[in-house]
Amino acid sequence: MNWLEGYRSRELCEALAMEICRLATRPMRFMEVCGGHTRAIRKFGIPSLLPETISLLSGPGCPVCVTGRAFIDQAISLSSQEDTEVCTFGDLIRVNGNHGSLEKARAEGKQIRIVLSSLDAVEHAKRNPEKKIVFLGIGFETTAPGTAAAILKASRDGIGNFSVLSAHKLMPPAMEGIISEGIPIDGYICPGHVSTITGTRMYQPIVENFKIGCVISGFEPLDLMHSILMLIRQVLNDKPKVEIQYARAVKPMGNPEAQRMMYEVFETADEWWRGLGFLKNSGLKPKHKYYEFDARKVFDIPTFKETDPKGCICGEILKGLKTPHQCKLFARTCTPVNPVGACMVSTEGACQTWFNYEGKN
Amino acid sequence: MKEKTDSILLSHGSGGSLMHELVRDVFIKHFDNAILGLENDAAVFKASNSNIAFTTDSFVVDPVFFPGGDIGKLAICGTINDLVAVGAKPYCLSAGFILEEGFPLKELERIVANMATIAKLAGVFIAAGDTKVVEKGKCDKIFINTSGIGVFPEANVPLFSKKTIKPGDQIIINGFLGDHGMAVIAARNELEHAISFQSDCAPLNLLLGELLKVDLGIKFMRDPTRGGLATTLCEICEGLDIGIKIFEDKVPVRASVQGLCDLLGFDPLYVANEGKMLIVAKKGSEQNLLSKLRKNPLGRNAAIIGEVISENKGLVTLQTSIGGTRIVNMLSGEQLPRIC
Repeated sequence: MNWLEGYRSRELCEALAMEICRLATRPMRFMEVCGGHTRAIRKFGIPSLLPETISLLSGPGCPVCVTGRAFIDQAISLSSQEDTEVCTFGDLIRVNGNHGSLEKARAEGKQIRIVLSSLDAVEHAKRNPEKKIVFLGIGFETTAPGTAAAILKASRDGIGNFSVLSAHKLMPPAMEGIISEGIPIDGYICPGHVSTITGTRMYQPIVENFKIGCVISGFEPLDLMHSILMLIRQVLNDKPKVEIQYARAVKPMGNPEAQRMMYEVFETADEWWRGLGFLKNSGLKPKHKYYEFDARKVFDIPTFKETDPKGCICGEILKGLKTPHQCKLFARTCTPVNPVGACMVSTEGACQTWFNYEGKN
Repeated sequence: MKEKTDSILLSHGSGGSLMHELVRDVFIKHFDNAILGLENDAAVFKASNSNIAFTTDSFVVDPVFFPGGDIGKLAICGTINDLVAVGAKPYCLSAGFILEEGFPLKELERIVANMATIAKLAGVFIAAGDTKVVEKGKCDKIFINTSGIGVFPEANVPLFSKKTIKPGDQIIINGFLGDHGMAVIAARNELEHAISFQSDCAPLNLLLGELLKVDLGIKFMRDPTRGGLATTLCEICEGLDIGIKIFEDKVPVRASVQGLCDLLGFDPLYVANEGKMLIVAKKGSEQNLLSKLRKNPLGRNAAIIGEVISENKGLVTLQTSIGGTRIVNMLSGEQLPRIC
């Protein structure tokens, strides 16, 4: 099948929509916990093809959205230090901390550079030995192996002016945290990219302990429609299980080499999630062996308080309790150019995808 | 909706909503007059008995050289295309250079030679110029400003106006979208050897010059540069009592451009073009126009991509390739490479 056209086949999507309409005779709520899914669902207008009985909720799956304000403050503080340059993925630069965003700090002359990969940051450090390069490590199991690879490369090549400020997070604690709060969900549309690394095993406790089905989905419209249908069938048969829809990329065992690298460099730690607070063992920090690459050990970074901006309901949106249109700030004081809450920052955040694809009212 | 910031951000130059706020709230607020207030690609006014078109634009691009062009070619084509967008025949240009101390003379000469070649091809001449050199670090290698004057040789062809757009009118684009923006992104990230396309940068009087001499039912044109097709469509809708509906499966995008966009998290609808013209054509005239465009290499892949509708006033909607419907908004800030 041609990846670009085949997975966007109108005929097949319409056929799936008809089957979904036929089966979904009672209300069901499915949550996607991947920003890429959130964006694809709205970009392709999938909700307009589904019956009213199916609600799609956006969970804590956008790495930018769940990053706390104190982390941004720390990054800005680092960029203010002499001879120090902060390297970040682009999505993060517009997120407001308690004291402005990286974008505004850059406009004020602070050294902040957008990179496409963690290895770009290592190369940048290699080319600029007079500078201290700090890479902002954010994201889930998808990006953590990349950051681990960067630290391993810096270690191997003796690049002493590279370090990572890690806010990497692990997906299962957040998925379990949401269900533990009693938020009604009938199934998870599970993150495709994360699962290519982790495989299926990490979703098993969700099925066993909470009786909620998990379908690992691809990112094309046909993948998502198919995943929704698979979840509907699980609900109707009352047989929750872990299923792989995204079989062309995800293997049950995941990517053992990436997992090995990730746990060679990182160990779990309690981590702050915007909207969810501290979750036990939900984050990754460099192991003692790699402390020389841990920005928190290399630099004297001030501590900042985690706060939520007044009026912002990102927390409730991330838990699927409210939609962006129910936020009083949405499209008024909170816009993609001037985001108040983190869900408006990234193109994969729930609020920005609604702003871009669902209209402002 | 007001996008408030205290200082100039890179996003102010993205061609999206923040730039529109800046133009409206600072420049138009203080410079306002009847001609500027129309916010067309070029100003059209009477000098003696003839209509004259006048425009200016500044060019900054990183890297200076990219697949399919360079900053000089961009400067000439961009200003020509702004004149063509209002229906004028480009006549002459000015070229102002701001050069950073240390910029290689060889590279400057290469850029200027390319400007001369493309100007000659397009049938315009450089009538005035200026050069300033600033200390190293005070500008990024080379900035070019070009202004242009165009004339309207055919008095019997009506001037284009947004206000004449009505439900039923057809939306046409002259070819593949996103080639320029993604060629520059590829060059910026040293991926240029991995791509199979190049910038579409071209002087569009070579495509439209002859067509503009007769009334073919064109009501309005705009070149979708920064902010891309989506932002341009939103600009057209803004303040009018109409909506625009486009069909995703009719919008021409190369598979390779779509692939690079998908990889980096960009949307081709928002990626910059430098050789494209968006045409709003009177209903019934579109097939004739389309066949004429397709006869020219610069319009070979021209397509009707949508229509003006009476519903969803002031909004652009898109019917997705799978049959869903969604809103198309103006670009907010810059498009940023995503995390994963």
